[in-house]
Amino acid sequence: MDFKVGIISMPGAALSNKTGSFANETPVFKHKACTGCNLCIYFCPEGVIYGDKKTKIYDFDPDYCKGCGICAEECPVDDIEMVLVEK
Amino acid sequence: MLTKEETRNELFTMGHTGCSGCAQSMSVKLIMEILGKNTIATSATGCLEVFSTRWPESSWKIPWIHSLFENSAAVASGVEAALKYMGKKDGINVIAQGGDGGTADIGLQALSGMFERNHDVLYICYDNGAYMNTGYQRSGLTPFDAYTTTSPSGKESFGNNRPKKYMPEIAMAHRIPYTAVSSAGYPMDLQKKVKKAMTIKGAKYLQVDVPCVPGWKYEPRYSVKLAQLAVQTGLYPLFEAEYDKIISVKKISKKVPVEEYLKLQGRFKHLFKDEAGRAEIEKIQKMADENIERYGLM
Amino acid sequence: MKQVLEGSMAIADGVRMAEPHVISAYPITPQTHIVEHLSQMVADGDLKAEFIMVESEHSAASVVLGASACGVRTYTATAAQGLLYMEEVIYNIAGMRLPVVMTLANRAVSAPINIWNDMQDAMAIRDTGAIMLVAENNQEAYDMHIQAFKIAENRDVMLPVIVNVDGFVLTHTFEVVETIDSIDKVREYLPPINMEYKLDVENPYSFGTLGEPSVYMESRYNMYNAMKYSSKTIIDAAKDFKNMFGRFYGGLTDTYKMDDAQTVIVAMGSVLGTIKDVVDELRDSGKKIGVLKIRSFRPFPEEEIVNALKNAKNVIVIEKAICPGKGGILSVEIRDSLFKHKINTVNVNGYTIGLGGRDITPKNIKDLVERAEKEENVDGEFIGLSQQYL
Ligand SMILES: Cc1ncc(C[n+]2csc(CCOP(=O)(O)OP(=O)(O)O)c2C)c(N)n1
Ligand code: SF4
Ligand code: SF4
Ligand code: SF4
Ligand SMILES: [Mg+2]
Repeated sequence: MDFKVGIISMPGAALSNKTGSFANETPVFKHKACTGCNLCIYFCPEGVIYGDKKTKIYDFDPDYCKGCGICAEECPVDDIEMVLVEK
Repeated sequence: MLTKEETRNELFTMGHTGCSGCAQSMSVKLIMEILGKNTIATSATGCLEVFSTRWPESSWKIPWIHSLFENSAAVASGVEAALKYMGKKDGINVIAQGGDGGTADIGLQALSGMFERNHDVLYICYDNGAYMNTGYQRSGLTPFDAYTTTSPSGKESFGNNRPKKYMPEIAMAHRIPYTAVSSAGYPMDLQKKVKKAMTIKGAKYLQVDVPCVPGWKYEPRYSVKLAQLAVQTGLYPLFEAEYDKIISVKKISKKVPVEEYLKLQGRFKHLFKDEAGRAEIEKIQKMADENIERYGLM
Repeated sequence: MKQVLEGSMAIADGVRMAEPHVISAYPITPQTHIVEHLSQMVADGDLKAEFIMVESEHSAASVVLGASACGVRTYTATAAQGLLYMEEVIYNIAGMRLPVVMTLANRAVSAPINIWNDMQDAMAIRDTGAIMLVAENNQEAYDMHIQAFKIAENRDVMLPVIVNVDGFVLTHTFEVVETIDSIDKVREYLPPINMEYKLDVENPYSFGTLGEPSVYMESRYNMYNAMKYSSKTIIDAAKDFKNMFGRFYGGLTDTYKMDDAQTVIVAMGSVLGTIKDVVDELRDSGKKIGVLKIRSFRPFPEEEIVNALKNAKNVIVIEKAICPGKGGILSVEIRDSLFKHKINTVNVNGYTIGLGGRDITPKNIKDLVERAEKEENVDGEFIGLSQQYL
């Protein structure tokens, strides 16, 4: 008898839910003026931005990005731009 | 450096169904980064619980339990007691989480009990200023004059007619060892306070201002901006207290008029219609000024 | 060892023998003595447990919920108003399949406020998913608490167990109780709790998730099935107890002088003592009368009840709670069980009696026996009302 049903989930199982499909907009990381401040990583509500302080190359995971635009709004040097998702 | 693979291994994972731009999910992610895997968490019923654990999914990679709306603090007390019994309390953080409603309204009694018994638990209140999960009804932490579905504006009303309850002060009145207020707009501040809380034994309270896109009615990209404006206007003072004494405040770098904060949010739209609304904005400005004075924010 | 013990002390001592790890409670008459005794045991080091004295019953149940989810053995106790205040949590504990054990010192529900015994409180939570056992006397209460942990923690059950004991009548009365001397024997009977799923940093499951329409029914069905299955576990726990400690009070039900009985009195709890005395007397005068004791109210022992009653003519059901707008509660369930088994030769009469601590006298019982032979399908009629207040 499996009593987990409906009451117990496996750790991190939400990864199977590709929330990227929510997005109407998507960020474009321009890789021009980036200072490696990491603010976009801090502020991304989904935790989908990754990158390297040294190379200053940052990017995001389209599978889960919801296109909120916070990263673009908060990037101090406007190195991220939001564009419409073509659906 | 953080790789794509690593982002997928965060202790609070992507794949949850929170709204686009949700500052609550942002804060949980930031907090979990600090707490680490040796943490057991409870959650009250509310947005966070619903968007992070739709069976069979879960965004949590730490042991996590949701029981009811008003008992997060009591469940965490039980978790702490069990760990103590098993001799495992040292080295495991216990956190209890709730929304502003689950904390300051219906869960206040259980929280007060947890404080008074001084369980070694960090209670985190994600304050988005209303009952968001049930569709934006007012709570005891809804700000003055905010529109909610149960404090609507209208011919006879400017929205919520009561100021926000001073919940951190209620925590402090219990003489718990640590109380802190932080904001999704200041991740370093937030993480620093979580780190500090982890070093303190006993009951701790952390309240985090978490803007809510559909509840406050703004464009998702403004979540951080609004959280910062709440602080810079003086409307949401960030501070730390030990027992009943405030030991630090986050100073306002450049004071911003409340109007700048209010005008970005649909929940205050009705204040911008006429002279009477202007007068209300003046009242809110006065509240911010009083905060600046009271907490020494400048 | 034979001792004269107050019911609350017998219960506390039974709980102590089961060695719970976390206890949490909030005082309410007539449960108070139980938790006072337990706190003293912890204070004296006779019981190694975390005792959390909380600010409300809601939190008492929530504390044991949280602790139980961590995989430790837990216990709480309450009565009446306190029970209703925890009801939400009891549903939750059962739904999350946590093996909490709890004593319910049965008491009337307010208003009017009344601290004395009846079973209205128990009836209010009969659909929570908690197993509900009822003890007849202090000895059975002592033994039943030890059995309760074994039932709750059975891997195929994993449900809370509530042990009902009549407030004051048992909790505050001194009786001779034979206590168990060897904790090792109890440990053999009740092995250490071992939960498959728990809050553990090495295996970090998420408990209490959102069950959408696509899965909620299945979750409830699993719980419902576990409750059904627990019938077997309750019987086994009673039999194993008998083998180990020599005492037995029936499995789900027990019968008394039922051979050839044409009239049967059905009851739960301490009132059975009075009833058995009356039955002895009536038997002496040649009446074919017997007693059916309900030991497990949930799961409801339908088969056992049907088997015991199918040859009877008249059945008297002692109702210590009322369902306003309908009538009896226990009698309705008994009638339904017989009906389902296509038995229509038994006349079942439910009488509401003894609410709010009013005495149930031998004369009351004798009167009911007489009445039942003349009446049909009585549905919870109030017995012994004072005309002057009506
Ligand atoms: C006892 C009880 N009353 C009411 C509810 C309905 N309810 C569920 S969540 C919620 C609001 C949650 O608000 P809050 O605690 O502020 O969290 P948020 O969703 O805003 O993050 C309400 C009213 C409930 N689940 N339980
Ligand atoms: S748009 Fe939002 S979700 Fe997407 S990467 Fe930027 S901050 Fe993250
Ligand atoms: S916020 Fe902008 S500057 Fe800072 S790391 Fe991200 S892309 Fe670079
Ligand atoms: S309603 Fe508000 S708090 Fe809830 S998920 Fe959406 S943004 Fe977050
Ligand atoms: Mg809220």
